[in-house]
Amino acid sequence: MRTRITFRDIAQEKRLFTGRVVVAAVVMLLLTLALVARLAWLQIINADHFATLSHNNRISVVPLPPTRGIIYDRNGVILAQNLPSYSLEIVPERTPNLQQTIDELAEIIRIGEHDRERFFQERALRRRFESIPIRTRLTEEEAARFAVHSHRFPGVEIEARLIRHYPHGMSTAHVVGYVGRINALDMERIDRSAYTGTNHIGKIGLERQYEDLLLGRVGFQQVETNALGRVLRVLDRTPPYPGNDLILHLDIGLQQAAMAAFGEERGAAVVLDPHTGAVLAMASVPGYDPNPFVQGIGRAAYSALLESPERPLNDRALRGLYAPGSTVKPFIALAGLELGEITPQWTVFSRGWFQLPGDERRYRDWRRRGHGLTDLNKSLVESVDTYYYELAHRLGIDRLSSYLAPFGFGQRTGIDIPNELGGVLPSREWKRGARGMAWFPGETVITGIGQGFWLTTPLQLASTTAILANRGERIEPRLLREVVGSEPITLEPPQRESLRVVRRSNWDAVIEGMVNSVHGQGGTARRIAPGLPWQVAGKTGTAQVVGAPQDDDDFDSSTLPKHLHNHALFIAFAPAHAPEIAVAVVVEHGGSGGRVAAPIARRILDHYFDLTPLEERP
Amino acid sequence: MSLYASRFNSDGLARRPGLLRLIHLDLPLLLGIAVLAVVSMVALYSAGGQDGDLLVRQGIRLAIAFGFLLVAAQIPPEVLRRHAPWLFLVGLGLLLAVMVLGEIGKGARRWLDLGFVRFQPSELMKLLLPMMVAWLVTQRPLPPNLWRIGLGLILIVVPTALVARQPDLGTALLLFCSGLFVLFLAGMRWWMITSLLAAAAAAAPVAWTFFLHDYQRQRILTMFNPESDRLGAGYHIIQSKIAVGSGGLYGKGWLNGTQSQLEFLPERSTDFIFAVLAEEFGFAGMLALLVLYLLIVARGLYIAMNAQTTFGCLLAGSLTLTFFIYVLVNVGMVIGLLPVVGLPLPLVSYGGTSMVTMMAAFGILMSIHTHRKLLEPH
Repeated sequence: MRTRITFRDIAQEKRLFTGRVVVAAVVMLLLTLALVARLAWLQIINADHFATLSHNNRISVVPLPPTRGIIYDRNGVILAQNLPSYSLEIVPERTPNLQQTIDELAEIIRIGEHDRERFFQERALRRRFESIPIRTRLTEEEAARFAVHSHRFPGVEIEARLIRHYPHGMSTAHVVGYVGRINALDMERIDRSAYTGTNHIGKIGLERQYEDLLLGRVGFQQVETNALGRVLRVLDRTPPYPGNDLILHLDIGLQQAAMAAFGEERGAAVVLDPHTGAVLAMASVPGYDPNPFVQGIGRAAYSALLESPERPLNDRALRGLYAPGSTVKPFIALAGLELGEITPQWTVFSRGWFQLPGDERRYRDWRRRGHGLTDLNKSLVESVDTYYYELAHRLGIDRLSSYLAPFGFGQRTGIDIPNELGGVLPSREWKRGARGMAWFPGETVITGIGQGFWLTTPLQLASTTAILANRGERIEPRLLREVVGSEPITLEPPQRESLRVVRRSNWDAVIEGMVNSVHGQGGTARRIAPGLPWQVAGKTGTAQVVGAPQDDDDFDSSTLPKHLHNHALFIAFAPAHAPEIAVAVVVEHGGSGGRVAAPIARRILDHYFDLTPLEERP
Repeated sequence: MSLYASRFNSDGLARRPGLLRLIHLDLPLLLGIAVLAVVSMVALYSAGGQDGDLLVRQGIRLAIAFGFLLVAAQIPPEVLRRHAPWLFLVGLGLLLAVMVLGEIGKGARRWLDLGFVRFQPSELMKLLLPMMVAWLVTQRPLPPNLWRIGLGLILIVVPTALVARQPDLGTALLLFCSGLFVLFLAGMRWWMITSLLAAAAAAAPVAWTFFLHDYQRQRILTMFNPESDRLGAGYHIIQSKIAVGSGGLYGKGWLNGTQSQLEFLPERSTDFIFAVLAEEFGFAGMLALLVLYLLIVARGLYIAMNAQTTFGCLLAGSLTLTFFIYVLVNVGMVIGLLPVVGLPLPLVSYGGTSMVTMMAAFGILMSIHTHRKLLEPH
């Protein structure tokens, strides 16, 4: 260490260092001069220009919100559009005393507590120069009254805005959904600048699913304003790009017919095109009017909807979970055939009940005295429970659930709308995971008739029915058919998947059974057959709401109050030998699939194929 | 005044050391800091909407930071030099720690929570890195050879990269500069400097595509064309330029800046406080402020040139130049010459963890100046 220091030429190091400090000082001086020059350019040479900008004639940038895309049904009927509406808006930055201004405004125009609340909520989320509505949907008279007094209110202006409107709201609320005011929660998930000037965002349904396509791109207008904030002239304009229009597969006529078909009943119906997965109708009854939600529904109106025993806000088609009941019998039968457990000729003697070997418990048939000797066809025509108890027991739960899983039971169908529920396909693993319990043999037996843990949505039932119609091809349901916009957008086609088909004749045998349940003697759905120009393949179902006591032979749920009646179900596709549509109908507390659900499906067929309705037949 | 003359009177008798000398403070620097503190209070009162509490909070922060200055001034530079290598290693360890278990704030991982206090290791690094590089190059006579420069560059790049990953571009830039300044002042050959600059220029497009975040790229693009994004990133720059420009030669007067008072100007208490001052005190006022900063820098350079050890020279020089970079980057950003990088206006902007570091750096400068030993009486 020491020896090195002796080599050191301190004076030389100092000279070197001083030289570098001088260079640094000169560079810093030059850089400071650059700053000073820029300051002089801003503050001396262009001072007047900037003074103009900042003083009375303040340049401001006004966002030009894009027009939201329009939603059409398959025939070009408008389902969601934009209608002009006057709203009274305030720019906080130009309004000295907000509270006082609003009080004074309230003297000429009705402004409710709800309006104020909403205004201050939104104010907290927006920049000071953005204009915020205090009242929407002004009448012509109110607009005129404000115009007279407008000089008293700097920073308050009448704006003609486009408001989202749903002409067929009552029948499309669950599918199309609605837009609503952007709230704090939405703010967190959006790019704020893309929504400058836009007050609404898709909240549920397709409006939410395809928000990005519908929104469009915001434009800007640079304007010169005077001290009162009035626009003097437009300096520069970047036009907004309108959002894309959506064309759906949905047929609003069919949708409305499906809803009307329910009459006083509640429930859901889904109609699919089995070849394309197109959703032709998806009805949840009762519906509700989405239009009040656009401007913010009042608290009282909202809680009335929420607390209604009819639960109109609940999307039964997408999120209603029902035991599928006997509608699963075609699938169980198919499992037996394809897995080689039975043949169409295999028979069971139905005495009215089934017993597991070594077990006292009797699993009853819906017909007390039984159906006698039953083969596959009869089991479907008369919906013979005993046959399926025996078959499910022979197959065992593991084979049964692994065969049925590819049909989509217990999974979301993947439809293009948010918040779908997947239901439950019972299996040993499911029960261990969800309930933490072992599987009991008796549970396999009732799984055979679609009871027990099994839960499906009407959409899922329709989708599985479409697989039967397709003889083994599974297609994701789709609502959106086409996007129309300035730039072409190609939609990803729905996923298709071919299920394993061991023998086509097995499928034909099951479908034949379904046909006979409508057209055959003693068929559970025979009452809908008259007047059909071709055959329909169908299957009725009844889902227990209250467990029938196994030792009470006279139990009949129709003697109970309505809300304890069984759910009625029906699945069908038509024409059976060249299917165009697949239908699933669930009627809450409808009692009987054949008497209540099947006729609703028939009315849907009547509308779709333009048939003479049953009721009008001579 | 030479060192000798400052300690002895004309009769060769020892002068009585003043109180400031005893506690190792430097009067000119102290005066500069005091004036800046006053400027800060004046600006904050206006920018914060005449909020007294804001001033009290800033006062408390200044007092705490001054405490760090006092402590730093008591540590002899030789102690810093001796301990530089392991201090640097500790700092590097903390940076790595922050990468793994740091707190996330405003989308970046910068903070380390010690239980009683949260702090940014990258701030500490601003002092430790120049110390380490100065230690490295003073191990052998100056100027450093290519091998030592290379070693120095590695020492600089490692912490810089760690900080840039957080991501904290502003601090990374300062770290990089503080290290390079030491090499530059140590007499790094001009050809090496030119080739380094050329390499940096060549690497820029690579960094642009691979290392910058989208928002960072956006900021740079916005600087060149603020009108492209009026309501987003461009809003800051447009409003800030209007504020500065409309101030004119003499300003609109204290508390009269419409841009700041009407809240057009974003971040006006922190990063954009220079715009508030420029709007209210005009070109003349800003010229005075820049001169004040230059005087502080000049005093720093004077201290550097009069340091007794080469280590002291290099450290004092680097700290002073880094201080200048703060001013340059912040003012350049506010007046639209440089991209928006979140660096405060030194000692004027509200808060900022960097205030503590900056004061500590001044403490080190004072220590270097006041711990000189008497060499010889002529």
